[in-house]
Amino acid sequence: MIDIFADVEPMVFKSGINVPYSWWAGETAERFFLALRDDKKIMGTGCSICEKVFVPPRKVCPLCFQENMAWVEVSSEGVLESFTIVERQLASLPRKAPVIFGLIRLDGADTSILHYIEDADHTDIKIGMRVAAKFSDERSGSMHDIDCFRPVR
Amino acid sequence: MPKKRVAIVGTGQTYHKSHRPDVNGQELINEAVKRALQDADLTIKDIDAVVIGNMDHFEGINYVDCWSVDGSGGIMKPVIKLTTGGTTGSTLAIGGYQLVASGFFEKVLIIGWEKNSESDTTGAITTAFDPVWDRLVFAGAISGLAAEAQAYMAKYGATEKDAARVSVRDRKHACNNPHAQLRREITIEDVLASPMLADPIHLLDVCPRTDGACAVIMANEDCAGKITAVPDWIWATANRHKYTYLGDVNWGELDSLAGASREIYAKAGIREPKKEIDVIELYQPYSFAGIIWIEDLGIAERGKGAEYIWSGATDMGGELPINPSGGVIACNPIGATGLIRCAEAALQVMGKAEARQVPDVNFAISTGFGGCMWSDMLLHGKRKPDF
Amino acid sequence: MDRAAVIGVGITKIEANKVKETFADMVWEAVNKALEDAKMTIDDIDNVVTTSNDFWDGRTISCMAVGDASGARHKNVSCVEGDGTFGAFYGLSRVLSGSYGTTLVTAHSKGSESVSSLITNAAFDPIYDRSLGMDMISACAMQARAYMHRTGTTPEQMAMVSVKNHGNAMLNPLSQLPMNITVEDVLGSEMISDPLHKLDCSPVSDGCCAVIIANEKRASQYGSLPVWIKGVSFCSDSYFLGDRELSKAKSLTQAAKKAFSMAQISDPLSEIDVAEVYDAFTYQELMWLEAMGLCQDGKAGINLEKGYYGIKGKLPVNPSGGLLSGHPVIAGGLIRIAEIVKQLRGEAGAYQIAGAKKGVAHGVNGLCGQSHCVWILDQEK
Repeated sequence: MIDIFADVEPMVFKSGINVPYSWWAGETAERFFLALRDDKKIMGTGCSICEKVFVPPRKVCPLCFQENMAWVEVSSEGVLESFTIVERQLASLPRKAPVIFGLIRLDGADTSILHYIEDADHTDIKIGMRVAAKFSDERSGSMHDIDCFRPVR
Repeated sequence: MPKKRVAIVGTGQTYHKSHRPDVNGQELINEAVKRALQDADLTIKDIDAVVIGNMDHFEGINYVDCWSVDGSGGIMKPVIKLTTGGTTGSTLAIGGYQLVASGFFEKVLIIGWEKNSESDTTGAITTAFDPVWDRLVFAGAISGLAAEAQAYMAKYGATEKDAARVSVRDRKHACNNPHAQLRREITIEDVLASPMLADPIHLLDVCPRTDGACAVIMANEDCAGKITAVPDWIWATANRHKYTYLGDVNWGELDSLAGASREIYAKAGIREPKKEIDVIELYQPYSFAGIIWIEDLGIAERGKGAEYIWSGATDMGGELPINPSGGVIACNPIGATGLIRCAEAALQVMGKAEARQVPDVNFAISTGFGGCMWSDMLLHGKRKPDF
Repeated sequence: MDRAAVIGVGITKIEANKVKETFADMVWEAVNKALEDAKMTIDDIDNVVTTSNDFWDGRTISCMAVGDASGARHKNVSCVEGDGTFGAFYGLSRVLSGSYGTTLVTAHSKGSESVSSLITNAAFDPIYDRSLGMDMISACAMQARAYMHRTGTTPEQMAMVSVKNHGNAMLNPLSQLPMNITVEDVLGSEMISDPLHKLDCSPVSDGCCAVIIANEKRASQYGSLPVWIKGVSFCSDSYFLGDRELSKAKSLTQAAKKAFSMAQISDPLSEIDVAEVYDAFTYQELMWLEAMGLCQDGKAGINLEKGYYGIKGKLPVNPSGGLLSGHPVIAGGLIRIAEIVKQLRGEAGAYQIAGAKKGVAHGVNGLCGQSHCVWILDQEK
């Protein structure tokens, strides 16, 4: 078979999926973000049956499906469960690399939240170290109302 | 013969609305799931597997099966996602049937959902079509539907007024369904006076955009009768997703539905569908389909669909009521829509359809429509299948 | 479980950028290879399950692109969104239900046509954590860290997975990255997201796989050698990374237990001859082996050092070169099934495991292995 395209550049059609999204936060997430924005408080919800406090908060217990979840304020300090130092400027990163992501188990919570770790010596970060939230000065009701978590010295 | 016969033993729906700002996606899903569990008097612990689907680009969430487990109850359970566009809901129903019939699972939870208010539905649908050939010249779902309507009108002389009669029927039926989104009667004049979207389709000829979720629980023959006194037995399923390119479609006939329905009739031994079927929940996204597709189903002769509609036979109280729920024209959370048809057909067979109940239902049909003029279909029966 | 078998497999060459081929072209190639392998024609196929993902394909209703190429026009057809092992599970269900005698399962993707970092970022919750900007690589790096911390697995041990799998790929003509490399090469490669170096990560790939599944009656009808499906199970963990114990794959442990029990295998380590697991990252091969019960918890790195997982080792793992040597997502897990089928038929060529009778194939859905699907395949009925 003769390859008729041997000397021809393959044609490529460029496009993108440009669909605007506006996700309704729902009443449960809204309460979380209002407390964060207005009072610099991190709220979770607790299931008395499963004896677990979830952060981010859940409207219904994901384990037993009961709806009577109690609002609980958790600490803005906690333990670093794991982390990564992103060195490459990945397309998804909104900040300039290196960026450190951490999973933080806040005191009073049974689940961890994802956030940035900053002001830490890269060689000194360890699983198990204590970190505390640094709230953003300007808060609009999003996860970015927490600027980052920093080591507790 | 399937390894295990399968029945629907519980259904749950949200109260479908244009916007649900009070809940996020997982919470919306959870509402439908909890209602289905309550209907079947089961708990989430009784569920062996979860089948879920939506259309990715309507919510912009990748791996929805994984993301949704807090709401679906899928934590530490088998969860699988099926997605085929508009047919997603009916595809899910067929998937649930297969998973139970295979003997892998005894009780399966099936969930279809959509929050159409969160994105640009038409923008997302347009990307379904081939990026090189079709996407640049064809926009959204409505242009395909308009092409079908024009082809049919040219062939058989049906009118916009004929189609409007279908909208009037479905919107009237919707008043009996507390879950429907649009629950206000309209007249033929209202339809014809509403804005023209894509000739010959007026605004009141087409489905709305809806936020909603539907959950259905299927169980095998060993336990279905213990869960509910009147299970809805799935007699047969079939589908045809024939076309890839819009130019391939045989416009003016929905031959995918003709093919799927003939397969189902043959499997179940149905010779005269008009007489043997008691109610149809048709995935009918616009009014003209209410005329055309009943011909493909073998309910009306070719070109006689409008006549059959005008006779009142498909109204509540007629010989073969279609869309007692109000159908898609009254409510369309796309990923859930096909599953809502299935759930509504089940309610009819189980005798739980309340104000929209058709008397003495022995056989019901539910369908799904989507993709490139694709069709799915399920046959529901009061009696346990004898094959 | 009633008896069913895989009776045909077809894999395209896995490449960084199949610029001359559309999705349909790839599927057409894999389907025809599978039909030829099974000694069947498309008319012998009763129904079709395609596997794809709208995000990766940049297309709503991504299955529409491959309906014609998979011969589905006049047949019953469905589409699973997720890894190919899940698509194959649904295809198997449709055979065991009695609805169809044979199912053709396809899975395809072209990573080259999109930006994987953005696509996997879209798997994060849009309300709580997506805007922080994590993607699959950074999330898995965090999991790798947690796993290393808990088990004491070293960067060198992880690097050895890369050395082994790229080396195995030298024997596999379909693989994308056959490479003779050293542990130093891996540790010296770009640090993308600490502790994952570039050579700890699978590449972006294009490829497609097709598999034909048949019920007992049809399995022996066409003349190919059936490989019998003895156990299949899948399971999902919690969604939020912070809800899970990230260093453990609890859902994989449950899925594997169930699959082994269906296959009546009580001691997987002594009974399984070959494994193809979802090694999207080096640490995952080790972590999954432990979670599946194919290795004592925390010992996979040490066993690897001892050579257990090489082609001539006690339990050869990813003799095909694995995903580290070519990773078309979605097709990834289906290729694992196809590779085990080749092994159990004795048709794996230069990377054939001598005397392989029973094998395990594995696929993953979601971030950091939230959901797993495990297949046990057997040469004997």
